[in-house]
Amino acid sequence: MIWQIELIIYILLVASAVLALRVKDLLASVVVLSVYSFGSAFLFAVLGAVDVGFTEAVVGAGITGVLFLAALYHTTRKSKD
Amino acid sequence: MVQKSNSIIVALVSRFMVPFIQLFAMYVIAHGHYSPGGGFQGGALLGASILLLRLTVGEQPSNLVFHTRYGTQMSGFGVFIYAAVGVAAMIGGGLYLDYANLPIAGIEPAKLRSLGILFVEIGVGIGVMATMIAIFDDLARGHFHD
Amino acid sequence: MKLISYILLLAFGILLIFATSELPSRGHPENPINRDTSIAGTPGAAAHYIRNAEKETATPNMVTAILADYRGYDTLGETTVIFCAGIVVFLILRKQKDGSKI
Repeated sequence: MIWQIELIIYILLVASAVLALRVKDLLASVVVLSVYSFGSAFLFAVLGAVDVGFTEAVVGAGITGVLFLAALYHTTRKSKD
Repeated sequence: MVQKSNSIIVALVSRFMVPFIQLFAMYVIAHGHYSPGGGFQGGALLGASILLLRLTVGEQPSNLVFHTRYGTQMSGFGVFIYAAVGVAAMIGGGLYLDYANLPIAGIEPAKLRSLGILFVEIGVGIGVMATMIAIFDDLARGHFHD
Repeated sequence: MKLISYILLLAFGILLIFATSELPSRGHPENPINRDTSIAGTPGAAAHYIRNAEKETATPNMVTAILADYRGYDTLGETTVIFCAGIVVFLILRKQKDGSKI
């Protein structure tokens, strides 16, 4: 709708996606991925798909972060590469 | 296996927040006819509230709210509710999942379809909540007591 | 090698942005999804839902009506997929207390 807001969200999405790949601490990577999910949920809400945005905010930012956190207990916290 | 948080502030604030999260989740499920939301979102919120308790106050107190052993059973029960509503519509004389033929007397078909949507959303909510909790329990603990 | 991958990535991004510029504008009433009849001349589904969803199901939220009523099989399959994910995690990862797999 308002292209300035969408541009800011797009920049935030690209920046958080690149940062989630580059960061060495996997716990920080999970948190940055949650930021990515919130950004995309906000983008869905701006586009008018409020239901999809709601689902993305709950599942992507809430449940997925917790499940990745639980998966981190089975592996090491530091990224090897 | 998951260590609980040692901070008293985190434990207290999350214990204070969880009933409100669950209340909002039930509102999302029940009010899905009129506002954004529905069974999936409300169920995910309910699951997230239990996972918050699991992460902050530890395993034993959160088992009082939702015990680990009920996770998989409840997820099957949610899917069963959905399928049972469809079969109930068949008993009432319609096609599978045709809520207008649910065997409840004295309600016009449009209201009956609205009621059927509510039943189905409750089933989806229970299923999604229990599945989220079951996946987290299996993933985080790796041990199954009793 | 790294340079080549970056160049490929940049080319792919430019291609995607170029393809996006040819999409129909969002929410325009003349889009095929919003028209009363489809391109082939058959009646479209979206117009029927917009006209009749609230009257037929007594549910003001059209998204819920479509997801749970008109497309009920779809949501049933979605719930079954989530249930199957839980069952698969149960079968692979859960162990008994004495260490033996189920």
